[in-house]
Amino acid sequence: MSAAGAAPLGKDLLGIEPLSTEQIQLILDTSEPFKEISERAIKKVPTLRGATIVNLFFESSTRTRISFEFAEKRLSADTVNVGQSGSSVAKGETLVDTARNLEAMRIDMVVIRHAASGAAQFLADRIESNVINAGDGTHEHPTQGLLDLLTLRDHFKTLEGIKVCIVGDVLHSRVARSNIWGLRKMGAEVAVCGPRSLLPNAIDEFGVTVFDRVEAAIEWADALNVLRLQLERMQLGYIPSLREYNRVFGVTRERLNRAKRDILILHPGPMNRGVEIDSDVADGPFSVILDQVTNGVAVRMAVLYLLSGGKPELAERAKAGGGGGST
Amino acid sequence: MSTIILTGGRVIDPSQNLDEITDVAIVNGKIDAMGRGLSDAAAGRTTPTDSRRKTDGSPETMDCSGLVVSPGFIDVHCHLREPGREDVETIATGAAAAAAGGFTAVCAMPNTDPVTDNQAAVGFVVRQAQRAGMARVFPIGAVSVGQRGEVLAEFGEMIAAGAVAVSDDGKPVASAHLMRTALEYARTFNVPVADHCEEPTLASGGVMNEGLISMKLGLKGIPSEAEEIMAIRDILLARRTGGHIHLCHMSTRGSVELIRWGKDRHINVTAEVCPHHLSLTDEAVGSYDTHAKMNPPLRTGEDVAALRDAVRDGTIDVIATDHAPHHYDEKEREFSDAPNGIVGFETALAVNITWLVRPGIIDLPLLIERMSCAPARLFHLPGGTLRRGSPADVTVFDPKAEWQVSSAKFKTKGRNTPYQGMTLTGRVHATIVDGKVVHRAAS
Repeated sequence: MSAAGAAPLGKDLLGIEPLSTEQIQLILDTSEPFKEISERAIKKVPTLRGATIVNLFFESSTRTRISFEFAEKRLSADTVNVGQSGSSVAKGETLVDTARNLEAMRIDMVVIRHAASGAAQFLADRIESNVINAGDGTHEHPTQGLLDLLTLRDHFKTLEGIKVCIVGDVLHSRVARSNIWGLRKMGAEVAVCGPRSLLPNAIDEFGVTVFDRVEAAIEWADALNVLRLQLERMQLGYIPSLREYNRVFGVTRERLNRAKRDILILHPGPMNRGVEIDSDVADGPFSVILDQVTNGVAVRMAVLYLLSGGKPELAERAKAGGGGGST
Repeated sequence: MSTIILTGGRVIDPSQNLDEITDVAIVNGKIDAMGRGLSDAAAGRTTPTDSRRKTDGSPETMDCSGLVVSPGFIDVHCHLREPGREDVETIATGAAAAAAGGFTAVCAMPNTDPVTDNQAAVGFVVRQAQRAGMARVFPIGAVSVGQRGEVLAEFGEMIAAGAVAVSDDGKPVASAHLMRTALEYARTFNVPVADHCEEPTLASGGVMNEGLISMKLGLKGIPSEAEEIMAIRDILLARRTGGHIHLCHMSTRGSVELIRWGKDRHINVTAEVCPHHLSLTDEAVGSYDTHAKMNPPLRTGEDVAALRDAVRDGTIDVIATDHAPHHYDEKEREFSDAPNGIVGFETALAVNITWLVRPGIIDLPLLIERMSCAPARLFHLPGGTLRRGSPADVTVFDPKAEWQVSSAKFKTKGRNTPYQGMTLTGRVHATIVDGKVVHRAAS
């Protein structure tokens, strides 16, 4: 492993907010050669051979955890998964002690998912290893944001000037925050749409357009990123019922009749079919939801590669088995 | 007979409209005389400089030239954690830290464990403070039994045992009916009801100011309205009852406007603000710095400006620290899980001088009014004046000295300060309580 300072992304990936346009561009470009690896019969390159990575998932996750694990394994890293139950965290260990113990085992990278906003930053400030934020509270989920950008770029060839509307519970969504930062930095036009009780009060200061009516958002947008509506929001009184939410904000086949012909539908998953998105939309021709999942692995491979000190220009060679990460 | 003569200092006593270079003589714990040349007259045998070695009753003199001599600072809002969390602070360490910060008296909030909600608990605080022999500690009794917001605590007995006010601080008094009753009942005993203004359903789960920064950090915000709704409720109940409502740690521009509204109508409302709300904004939270986590939270620059104006024009009566020590481990964790509060005694004077006096927002006499005279007046405490015959509670400080904040040197057990490493102006030189020097700056 090369020194952290030499890496083009710095030591950690904590969010998209701190990234420059060039860094985002670099991650997306580096993802391209990694896409192909997952299409091979033998899906493995030796790029991160000898590196140890801990996946610390303090909050339940299926898609993101598996995606990271595949990305790590396809780069030949040695990985350990730690979940909340059964770990010392369940016995009351603090995050700082967990961090110090990991550090003492001389690991190279930590991927962390945590329910508290700022948990990834907290860890990154206290350990030498690279830290990748796999979702912290309602703060950011940068690899999700990046895979969304990659998926949009695949279809529109550029992100500059495209119109993307994020629909749903923006208030509690780390995916929304990462998307807003990433899209704006890459020159896209960003809007949000949802009940005002699920939009941050300060949204108007955030440089995005707000649509109160999903119909208007659909007419405006080149792409919709439909957020998962967490079912507990209703119990906490943010909206009256899931039924009404679907009636007013649900992305339905009928509403898409007013959309541009080539509108793209994204969803970070897991979906509540029949709540924020109808099945015939999720499974329909405009949906790129499974492309997002495929791209997730490539983006995460790119991030792991770049944080480990891999040279962007050597990514092609790494793909071919040259081990560009071990410089 | 013990005598101390403070010589050549700039004596500022707003209670007598006094600001001049003179000497102050303290005899047997009382302010005995003021005037030039007291040291020559009373102490022919001693050297004119600091003579700490007192022999055979000869007077001690303290050279105060270049320094300010003021009535001792009084903090009407602090948390000393004893009983219950002696690992975090004790009355002895808290009173020593207060003295190091120039405070000759502090009022301890009742959110201890068990809650200071009865005469025995109040008496315990009084006794522990006497044993410590540093700054005076005046207990504040709880408004409700166990601070549960249900049944009034026994104000009469607590006040007889030494309580100077009542408050459920740390928690708001959620029930308007209970607050109304508390204001009426406290009126009987002529003590203020100090309220932590926070509408609990609106503030629920919030960990910082609600605004652009909370949105970016993905942290649940506490809107200004959570404070303002309770502030105006309390002001209206004070109008209804004639009771004295004292609003704790005001943090928003809206609250300032509401207090002004109340004072314009001669409602019996007084208010305090903390040094951190006069100096820092929610930007201090930065990358989830738990030393910038307190309740009420740090607000915006607009709020800070309004609070500074309010200190100047008297809408806000007193500056209080809300000194809230926490264990290192408790602050060293995820932002949303870390406890609220920072230590305040040992930085209060310097923060106030650095952010209020140096920029010319207020002058030193007004700062002393807000830190000493007004607190004594509003809470009916001894001190707050250098009048002849009053208790010799005196603070001597250097308004120009610069120093770097190092929490490791604090007398408090708490290390939780957002000012760590900053260079501030204004340093306490000596603190005198009841005629005894309880703190001297290391030279």
